[in-house]
Amino acid sequence: MELINDRVHIHRAENTVLDALDRFGYPKAARFAIRLAFEEAVTNAFKHGHKGLPPKATVRINLEVGPERVVIQVEDQGPGFTPNEVPDPTLDENLEVPTGRGLMLIRAYMTSLEFNDAGNRVRMTFDRAASDA
Amino acid sequence: MAASDSRLRVRKDSGVTIVEFVDRNILDEANIQMIGDEIASLIDAESKPKLLISFANVDHLSSAALGTLITINNKLRQKGELRLANIDPQIYEVFVITRLNNIFKIMPTTEDALKSFS
Repeated sequence: MELINDRVHIHRAENTVLDALDRFGYPKAARFAIRLAFEEAVTNAFKHGHKGLPPKATVRINLEVGPERVVIQVEDQGPGFTPNEVPDPTLDENLEVPTGRGLMLIRAYMTSLEFNDAGNRVRMTFDRAASDA
Repeated sequence: MAASDSRLRVRKDSGVTIVEFVDRNILDEANIQMIGDEIASLIDAESKPKLLISFANVDHLSSAALGTLITINNKLRQKGELRLANIDPQIYEVFVITRLNNIFKIMPTTEDALKSFS
């Protein structure tokens, strides 16, 4: 699906994700984790990825939900970024900095995370077995 | 007084301003900005503000909401006190993962938080 930077559209997409999780009986903790990761990835795409792009530029979402695994891919149209260069927000010197926690929350709540070489597409996987372990 | 489209419920108890969220999900950046502005006004209205933010109704929050709480904490530290209370265990885990439980004074209940102000 293609998303525009509009809260109604983002909320609708989020509900699509949550409905799919419900169909496969994912527990509350998994819903919390996946929803948070989705929200942070979409926010990052529009806020950082699309900085300087026309407001109507869309973000592409691919969603695969199965009984054991959820894969969400979020791709923006920006130039991309280098994930390893994002400062660690949990370091003492960064604790009182108001920004920069989205990526670390995605890493914390999803089982794995991959970026394409350009850094404008993230593929997030939630493995049900790993979360139950 | 809060505007009619406020996303907050505000009341006073024993000299403490208690803020609760109207929404269960604190995710939308525009709303979060509005919440931050409104709380900043509450802080500015008093010389030594004592502020308690209750998360009793909140199921979800985003990193943008955490950022606003940090901004509020930074602003209040110079002249007042801040407590957070009634945080759902799943949301408390977000504070632990981000280590923000180290910079906020988080109390189990509103009553505990009220007692903890100096």
